[in-house]
Amino acid sequence: MPDKIVGNDFGPPKAGPKDGLQGGSPHKIVGNGFGPPKAGLHIEIDGKSHPVKAGENLLQAILSLGLDLPYFCWHPAMGSVGACRQCGVIQFKDANDAQGRVVMACMTPVAEGMRISLQGPDAKAFRAGILELLMTNHPHDCPVCEEGGECHLQDMTVMTGHTVRQYRGLKRTHRNQDLGPFINHEMNRCIACYRCVRYYQDYCGGDDLQVFASHNHVYFGRQEDGVLENEFSGNLVEVCPTGVFTDKTFSRHYSRKWDLQTAPSVCVHCGIGCNTSPGERYGSLRRIVNRYHGEINGYFLCDRGRFGYGFVNGPARLYQARSAETGPLDVSTAENRLRAMLEDAKGIVGIGSPRASLEANFALRERVGAERFHAGIGDAEHGCLRTLLDLVRNLPLHLVSLREAERADAVLILGEDPTQTAPRLALALRQAVRNRALAIADELGIPHWQDAAVREAAQAEKSPLFIASPAPTRLDDIAARTCRASPRTIARLGFAVAHGICPEAPAVMGLTPEHEALAAEIAQALTSAERPLIVAGTGCLSEDVLRAVGQIAAALAAARPGRATAVHFAVPECNSLGLALMDAQSLAHAAHTIESGEADTLLILENDLYRRADRTTVDALLTRARQVIVIDHTLHATAERAHLVLPAASFAETEGTLVSSEGRAQRFFAAMQPAGDSRDGWRWLGPWPCLDDLTRALADSLPVFQQITACAPGAAFRIAGQKIPRQPHRYSGRTAMLADIRIHEPKQPEDTDSALAFSMEGAANDHPPALNPFVWAPGWNSNQAVGKFQDEAGGHLSGGDPGIRLIGDGAGTGLPWSVPPETEASIADALRLVPLHHIFGSDETSMHSSAVAERAPHPYVALNPEDAARLGLAEGEEVELAPDVWLPVKCLPGLAAGIAGVPAGLPDLPVPVTAWQSWKPNKPGDETS
Amino acid sequence: MTLTSDEIQAILREARHFPHPSAAAIEALNVVQRSHGWISDELLQEIAELLGMSPAELDSIATFYNLIYRRPVGRRVIHYCNSVSCWMLGAEDNRRHLSEKLGIAVGETTGNGEYTLLPIVCLGACDKAPVLMIGDETHFNVDPARLDDILGETGAP
Ligand code: SF4
Ligand code: SF4
Ligand code: FES
Ligand code: FES
Repeated sequence: MPDKIVGNDFGPPKAGPKDGLQGGSPHKIVGNGFGPPKAGLHIEIDGKSHPVKAGENLLQAILSLGLDLPYFCWHPAMGSVGACRQCGVIQFKDANDAQGRVVMACMTPVAEGMRISLQGPDAKAFRAGILELLMTNHPHDCPVCEEGGECHLQDMTVMTGHTVRQYRGLKRTHRNQDLGPFINHEMNRCIACYRCVRYYQDYCGGDDLQVFASHNHVYFGRQEDGVLENEFSGNLVEVCPTGVFTDKTFSRHYSRKWDLQTAPSVCVHCGIGCNTSPGERYGSLRRIVNRYHGEINGYFLCDRGRFGYGFVNGPARLYQARSAETGPLDVSTAENRLRAMLEDAKGIVGIGSPRASLEANFALRERVGAERFHAGIGDAEHGCLRTLLDLVRNLPLHLVSLREAERADAVLILGEDPTQTAPRLALALRQAVRNRALAIADELGIPHWQDAAVREAAQAEKSPLFIASPAPTRLDDIAARTCRASPRTIARLGFAVAHGICPEAPAVMGLTPEHEALAAEIAQALTSAERPLIVAGTGCLSEDVLRAVGQIAAALAAARPGRATAVHFAVPECNSLGLALMDAQSLAHAAHTIESGEADTLLILENDLYRRADRTTVDALLTRARQVIVIDHTLHATAERAHLVLPAASFAETEGTLVSSEGRAQRFFAAMQPAGDSRDGWRWLGPWPCLDDLTRALADSLPVFQQITACAPGAAFRIAGQKIPRQPHRYSGRTAMLADIRIHEPKQPEDTDSALAFSMEGAANDHPPALNPFVWAPGWNSNQAVGKFQDEAGGHLSGGDPGIRLIGDGAGTGLPWSVPPETEASIADALRLVPLHHIFGSDETSMHSSAVAERAPHPYVALNPEDAARLGLAEGEEVELAPDVWLPVKCLPGLAAGIAGVPAGLPDLPVPVTAWQSWKPNKPGDETS
Repeated sequence: MTLTSDEIQAILREARHFPHPSAAAIEALNVVQRSHGWISDELLQEIAELLGMSPAELDSIATFYNLIYRRPVGRRVIHYCNSVSCWMLGAEDNRRHLSEKLGIAVGETTGNGEYTLLPIVCLGACDKAPVLMIGDETHFNVDPARLDDILGETGAP
């Protein structure tokens, strides 16, 4: 076991946080951009000298200086290709050159002493001319275009000063395509910047969006109408600088950006914790857009996170309290009923939730006592999370952010399909395999931003990515090797890798020769890499796999003294890790407490227990409990059986702290008032006057959360005495929008829980990043305004990326070597069940969004075709998964032998699969086993 | 319409010249167009599969090139250059003459399946503008009178 760890490969922030509730912005994160450290240079722009970073291109440098220069095709995350010609500036040969020549800023490296003109008449005329050319075929349909008001093309048109079109010819028109439930297509608005295809193909690895034809009739779309298949297609809405690709779910209840009330929020649909800006109008949540975070999501969300918000306004939304006997209750009756039930209780079992905030869970814990506070997750997952935390706390292991993951130069994925369980991580890993390409570019002296040149030089060269998983994954196309095996075998492979790295780690007996060879190859790749990364998670519900990751991490740390090993553990829900850190009891313990009669009342916070354990167990628990109280925002099977249901605010209407899989605590804020009678989950539970009191009480009572008050400034924070408005200055109709109900303008609601105001009045500038509801800057109405909020183009947010990392800083000193598991026993004609995750389908709340539900699979049991043949099962044939649960067989080539894959978390398949359950398929007419 | 085994062999032969079969995309399209006259959606799917590409990727290439046809064309395609030199020196007169003479607009095929009329970008012979191609032959300094001669020669209807 290694000695004390002094560093990791990514240089995490080490600045000490202060109590953000006192005001002021959180700690500043030290930058860790790609490539070698850059020396400073000076260039002269319009006669004035400016410091810039060597190695940058001129456009980046100009924007990083805070100057304006129009551009279209360049994107900070995708580099330059020089396609649009919009970023022209005049470059002078030397001090005497008075004429200069036009160069594309995005394609020109900065050089010491370089002289350029941004504002010279020729430069301006050139850019206005380019804009005019780009606009020849544009339909000028801004009033009916959903991009209008936040359109980069509008902004750039104004910025170039080009106002009068001279073109009087015909405009080419296109037929638009139906691209599925997420994205609208309006090709006539295209200016052919090529961003969409570069993003979709090069950045995301998608192959069904393309550019067709040539010259002025180029067409960006699919080969034929149909769903855009890539899981990150939604970002096209923000990547396209015009209104070609827009959010179809937003169209149904469209509102201009300036009419939306927004708040800084955090995605609640997986454990990654991407930052979002949800937007509200007329009391309903209208859309989600990306909120830049320099360490996590950067510019991009996944489609589950962007389009999964429908539950907030969905048909199953709970607006009113209800009692099983009397139906709907008004608020005060509900309060009284709650009080009476709790007073009457002979012991209360509290069941918390991995999709509720730390504060809401803590309020429940305070209400019922630590002993009676339960995690409300399946027991297998509970075990996995405990193991995971044990590893994180005790091993020299550094939980990487997504930006760090992108820098990894060798990656091993054990047992996980990140695209399905932690989608944004998968997109980061797709960038990680490009590190080989960047290294080749370095050897050839090609700057990383020279995108086409880097790709040309590297061809198909990639950094090694190894994937060992039960089923094919969506990253297989970029993997050096894939291995399909049962979770146990995957764990054994992992232990063998650890032994290959550090011979002191116990060897694994009885591996197949192929697995021996693969383990050796992986060990070799990880040891020779500079920044190796191991990715795993709770996806296949195997503690063995997690222990194997710990073993590899320890082995690598032993082989590389002083370096912590980079790891990312995918966890299923937005606060899975936070809840795990609260050390709650297991669900089995809850059942036992009720069963034994120690308690007779269940107080369930934001949780549908039918997703956590099998129906019989949950039925028994709910039946046995004399009183069942559910606090939630959405009606579900558990709430249907409760004696009292209290409506809770959804993430868009409440505030709190979540801990992401990176171990980062992040505060999210309400974009709107709680709908109907719903209120913050914690407000039903305790005497807390406002959120800060609760957050501080939590920080004071559980040491691991000591720093969470610093996640964001508290409710008392003011800028020059003012709160931060959630509405833009141009918010329209405030005095009239409710005039059909009441002609007096209602008073704006007070917000006692945050420094944000439900108003358009307040401090317009200098928002701390954690409190910035939306990006907007003079001349920059689109999301590209984010450049004005970064320390450099594509860098960190000025003032520091929000959030406080609570764990996983590589300080663990070691655990004894773990013993590799034995080969699993053969189980004759039975199969082992393994959950298969789906980005669209496995997450509870996003499935209430009809667009997401449309993309979800129908329930199935997946078998490897040979297994199916051996068992005499044909595709589509019905088999009995559990008593009276019949599912069609799906032959899944590539699925590991001996395994039956069952989709995880589908609403119409309420059978949670735990690892290692063995299952013998029955066909209709068979005798039941 | 499906690929013949000769075509499949020819495509695979081409693909073997490159580390990535997709590099043979253009040649594969040519092979198929030579025998089928044009590339239908079905053929495109099959070729894409042979080369390990998505249909969209291959179609992106197919639609980029003027001489790959994604719709049926006549036995001979008339490609008249309408880039700037030819345009200045009478491309449009020639186009009108052709349309009248053959009874087809740009993009159409004569009823007997003989000719299709399409524009094309600069053929690199601006000094002999206006220029047009009929089938594989390029004709220089074309005017309506010469067109009558040429089309007569090549068997106009
Ligand atoms: S569709 Fe949008 S992103 Fe794509 S080329 Fe056109 S303008 Fe650019
Ligand atoms: S990756 Fe996870 S956190 Fe990020 S947008 Fe998708 S579901 Fe939300
Ligand atoms: S941004 Fe520089 S050419 Fe497009
Ligand atoms: S413009 Fe017609 S050949 Fe060049």
